[in-house]
Amino acid sequence: MPKLVIDDQEIEVPEGMTVLQAAEMLGIEIPIFCYHPKLSIAGNCRMCLVEMEKSPKPIASCAMPASEGMVIRTQTPMVKKARQGVLEFLLINHPLDCPICDQGGECDLQDITMAYGADSSRFEFNKRAVPDKEFGPLIETAMNRCIHCTRCIRFASEVAGVPELGATGRGEDMEIGTYIEKTITSELSGNMIDICPVGALTSKPYNFRGRSWELSGTPSIDVFDAVGCSIRIDTRGREVMRILPRQNDEVNEEWISDKSRFAYDGLKYQRLDRPYVRGKDGLLSPVTWDEAFLAITERLHHVPGDHVAAIVGDMADAEAMVVLKDLMTAIGSPHMDCRQDGSQVGEGPRCSYLFNTTIAGIERADFCLLVGTNPRWEAPLINARIRKNYLSTGLPIAMIGPSHDLGYPVNFLGNDPFILEKILKGRNPISSALKAAAFPMMIVGEEALRRKDGSIILSLARQIADKYGFVYKTKPQDHWNGFNVLHTAASRVGGLDLGFLPDPKGYTAKEILKAATRKKIEVVYLLGADEIDMSALKSTFVIYQGHHGDRGAAIADVILPGAAYTEKSGTYVNTEGRVQRGLKASSPPGEAKEDWKIIRALSEKLGIQLPYNTIEDVRSRLVKVNPLFDELDKVQRAKWVEFNKEGDLSPEPFKSIIENFYMTDSISRHSITMAKCTREILGREA
Amino acid sequence: MKKTPSKKHSEKTAPKEDFKTFAFSKENEEKIPEILKRYPEGRQASAILPLFELAQRQCGGWLPGSAIEKITEMLGLPIIRGYEVATFYTMFNLKPVGKYHLQICGTTPCMLRGSEDLKRVCKRFLGIECGETTEDGLFTLNEVECIGACVNAPVVQINDDYYEDLSEKSFLNILDNLSEGREAKPGSAISRQGSAPLKKEQS
Repeated sequence: MPKLVIDDQEIEVPEGMTVLQAAEMLGIEIPIFCYHPKLSIAGNCRMCLVEMEKSPKPIASCAMPASEGMVIRTQTPMVKKARQGVLEFLLINHPLDCPICDQGGECDLQDITMAYGADSSRFEFNKRAVPDKEFGPLIETAMNRCIHCTRCIRFASEVAGVPELGATGRGEDMEIGTYIEKTITSELSGNMIDICPVGALTSKPYNFRGRSWELSGTPSIDVFDAVGCSIRIDTRGREVMRILPRQNDEVNEEWISDKSRFAYDGLKYQRLDRPYVRGKDGLLSPVTWDEAFLAITERLHHVPGDHVAAIVGDMADAEAMVVLKDLMTAIGSPHMDCRQDGSQVGEGPRCSYLFNTTIAGIERADFCLLVGTNPRWEAPLINARIRKNYLSTGLPIAMIGPSHDLGYPVNFLGNDPFILEKILKGRNPISSALKAAAFPMMIVGEEALRRKDGSIILSLARQIADKYGFVYKTKPQDHWNGFNVLHTAASRVGGLDLGFLPDPKGYTAKEILKAATRKKIEVVYLLGADEIDMSALKSTFVIYQGHHGDRGAAIADVILPGAAYTEKSGTYVNTEGRVQRGLKASSPPGEAKEDWKIIRALSEKLGIQLPYNTIEDVRSRLVKVNPLFDELDKVQRAKWVEFNKEGDLSPEPFKSIIENFYMTDSISRHSITMAKCTREILGREA
Repeated sequence: MKKTPSKKHSEKTAPKEDFKTFAFSKENEEKIPEILKRYPEGRQASAILPLFELAQRQCGGWLPGSAIEKITEMLGLPIIRGYEVATFYTMFNLKPVGKYHLQICGTTPCMLRGSEDLKRVCKRFLGIECGETTEDGLFTLNEVECIGACVNAPVVQINDDYYEDLSEKSFLNILDNLSEGREAKPGSAISRQGSAPLKKEQS
């Protein structure tokens, strides 16, 4: 542990830290452009120059490893002059268009110029002009503003795994670009906008729409996948203007996927802003809340409780789910399911449906086996973590299922579930590697779990985990559990934790649909469930509660307008089992209401009033149903207990579950930006 | 002047061969393993420079995009990394060049000793300016930064050879020889021995 002195303060730092990081630990701020804590060190902007004793020249602190006995000064006249000089050179070719630049107000160059900039320019010649690039529907470029920090290049090749960007030419002719002008094909490309320290890369959908000081930010949780990224929702008035990541090293680091970032414009279209009831003419007509509730109560009074079923969708919050569960119990229905896709997971103990390794834990793994999953599309940030581990340790990754391009080399074992049996019997080439691995991990995805034999595959995976030591049982102090289930729905783990599952004699989502065609189920309550086979519900009385006029609303008999994730404070449990809460950033449109309130109001009309009046009441009910809802933002680890299901594997190969990353749910299906991505990045018709 | 000046050619010189696909010739193919061997295991990507050079020589002095793609792929690099290298080094010509690539040094010593005059000769005799190629595809003119022979300024590099101590007349003579298909003798135009002083009594 080297000890060094920075500005007369002594500090001891871990081996391998840089002078800049050591200074940060002391709270000494050093201006930077090219340095980024999550990217490799480039050391090319020279803004972080500091003075080092016994060195004739200033040193770049971001690239200099802190070593024993160094004496660093960051506030001397020499440092100030050096930084002023660097900045003057950077500003030579930087246009003075801050008033029309989207980065204005949140620009590193602007801020640092306030500290080190001269009051006027000494440069009398023409500034250089660089043609703008076409990076696709998400990133707007203004390459004159580029200061060649190369953060975007490093991000693309390191984090995103799409080495498409580069710096071509040299000296004054240097430009950032692609080989052949093309759209960036990454699901994480929007993060380049965040890391660009100037206004060279800005958000295309947000272009010229607002200024950073007009917006108010609300911390929230992303619901487009089960990772539960920390996000900030920036609003102006009622309108969501943009969505940015919040730093959360345990989940999303500093990144979010393009869908999480850009699908917000879908919140403006096809919204359900008032209740509807389908009349005798077969058409939906707008009604008041009372009329809508009346239509439901009239129907429910003529239907026995066990002919009623409920299915919740992928974006439901835990509050709405627990209230709906209580309502169903009060009605006397055992038929409820939070797995609208028919995923065969969640009936067993908690460890059988969690991402037990945790997302940050991926970085410790030394072998990764993917079973029926495409993490690049199902959870881009988990994919980024796997890639991070691959880059730093060369993590070997093997894959069973359809072959997907994940952005890192994968040992593709084949698309055949029987490979799992072979691995279990030690008759697969990777068996020896698994045996040798100290921290092996496995991710079982929805491609496997949605199959008819999903639970059998899950049991097989567990047997493999037990045989090859994926879970440390004897060394509790060194916790390692390499058994993981990767969900795709933000609501899923919350639903499972609340037991939003059929009773022993209840139907699962698939059985509900089948029973509906046989009139065994007469009323179905859909809480934002749009990804089911609606044709089965033709003759069923469908209550659809949700925020978008999507598939579910199209066949509904009563529509109850709910709130989207930006419009309510909701609790979500991510695939790791981390309970997180998002705050309300804006209000629902028109007469739409927060979801738990709707169900609570309906219960009153049905004469089975549920015992809560405030969101706090609902949250204490959550804790009563499952105490782990009491602690936020922490992974609630599950104990490794037995689960097993005997049965025969189906020889059918695994099938991809996501056809189009950009359109997976009712919000992104109505987003114009996502439609553009589908067309321009995937080359398909939206 | 014996010859009428060749007409200036438009920027896009149509390549004589089809460069849409690139493949190393048989004899160059044999050199590749030898080149790769020069670098320690795992550092084979460093061979990108000698391989680009090999390809450029094979293609008659320029490096087509297809060659960049082929070589970077061969080394297991993303194509943009190869393109970065090819655009960074000025010695790689990304557009076709004439049979004789005239590289006039324009850095201070050569400029003081008359490199501007040499450029004028090209303009007058060949009708081309920097970055242009004659219509007959014989000459391409470029100004380069210091090529490290300042003692013998002004210097012009033609393909692999240096022509030193040039005057308008001696340069014109060289161009005349080359355009007539004769050889031109590289080295000092005033028969200076190496970089030795011109007069003996100089210290």
